[in-house]
Amino acid sequence: MPDAVETIPIRLKVNGKSHSLTVEPRLLLVELLREHLDLTGTHVGCDTTYCGACTVLINGAAVKSCTVFAVQADGAEILTVEGLETDGQLHPIQRAFAECYGLQCGYCTPGLMLATHQLLARNKRPDEKAIRKAIAGNTCRCTGYQNIIKAIQAAARNMDGVQQRSSV
Amino acid sequence: MYPRAFHYHRAGSLKEAVAMLSQLGGEAKLLAGGQSLIPLMKLRFANPGHLIDLNFISGTSFIKEEDGRLRFGAMTRHAEIEDSSAAKKIPILHDCAAGIADVQVRNRGTIGGSLAEADPSGDWATVLMTLHTELHCLGNQGERTVPIEEFIKDAYTTALAHDELVREITVRKPSPNSGGAYLAFKRCAPVYPTASAAVQLTMEGETCREARIVLGCVGLTPIRAKQAESALRGAAVNEKSVSAAVEAARTASDPQPDMRGSAEYKHTLVGALVKRAIDVARRRALGEKVELSHIYA
Repeated sequence: MPDAVETIPIRLKVNGKSHSLTVEPRLLLVELLREHLDLTGTHVGCDTTYCGACTVLINGAAVKSCTVFAVQADGAEILTVEGLETDGQLHPIQRAFAECYGLQCGYCTPGLMLATHQLLARNKRPDEKAIRKAIAGNTCRCTGYQNIIKAIQAAARNMDGVQQRSSV
Repeated sequence: MYPRAFHYHRAGSLKEAVAMLSQLGGEAKLLAGGQSLIPLMKLRFANPGHLIDLNFISGTSFIKEEDGRLRFGAMTRHAEIEDSSAAKKIPILHDCAAGIADVQVRNRGTIGGSLAEADPSGDWATVLMTLHTELHCLGNQGERTVPIEEFIKDAYTTALAHDELVREITVRKPSPNSGGAYLAFKRCAPVYPTASAAVQLTMEGETCREARIVLGCVGLTPIRAKQAESALRGAAVNEKSVSAAVEAARTASDPQPDMRGSAEYKHTLVGALVKRAIDVARRRALGEKVELSHIYA
């Protein structure tokens, strides 16, 4: 074990904003986000790589931020739930979760919305099977998932529609 | 949960990582995808004094098709294999890559890390033992090639020396009349399977010319069920030969009771998985397209 606390300088972009920090190597990405950057929308659930409440995107890929060291995110672009809305307008994924009652207590919701974000970036019109596979790493203890699936389908329709309109 | 404090080293090349391992000694561990190591460190089951991060080395994540083989860089993530059109040409590889844990873990976890950890419940070693697979290992003395059968020694134990790492994994493409299938059963996506079966069959019409059957999670290492293979080799794949193979596979398995189920339950489960994997492998060998992935509720 190191005698003195070792710190490592890192630079990363979170929700479009650049940060330079020095961190202990054992600091987890989720703790960096919550404790150092005050972005508490990313939740700690099981803390054992199971529940997905801590899901964020690193360079567009969904990860469990309780299972990545902050030093590993050096140079990366992170997207958390706080980065979904723009100018006070909810992201279509957020709107769909609200409109379809895709949440109850809300604890798992930020992670589920980020998992949805990766899915819809790669598959514009996922079928139910693809949706279930994409959120298999996110545990929800309230909803039974039915309305979450409806929300993701609604988000897909809305986002696809927006893209089609804007390409006209 | 925080791991014990450790020194962090970022390797610039695989050679440098090997040099760091030699220099830092037994207190040092390599950090690949971290999806097993970081949870173990958080629970303080693993307490390395030094971590050598391989994630910033370029050129270690790739899938190349060459001379009838597929080459995988050790740091290739499961998700990259899942999405690779080259890897889909060997369907059993896609079965495996697409079903490991969940999206988030597949985005981080690596094929080299999985093999080097040699968890008895890991997926890759079981699958790769049905194919002609070699691991290219880099150490202080240079490089050596180790067949997968010799690489996996015991639970969490491989042929790697302390200052040696996996650089690349090569898999020979099976012949066109060969088909494989990997079927793992797990309670839910993020957990390790309760049992799994990997089957690769080479068919001539309805007759099986060559068979490889490997069982996962039901022993300290993946178990090659040679008696089960013999039951199919040279035989028509029908109810009788499949029953004999399933029975032989059940006998070959050596499961431990744990939170995932009793030994008896796992014996029964592995038989059922072998039966279904044989069916899919046979159909694929005969040219049928069949989708298959880990089963979970």
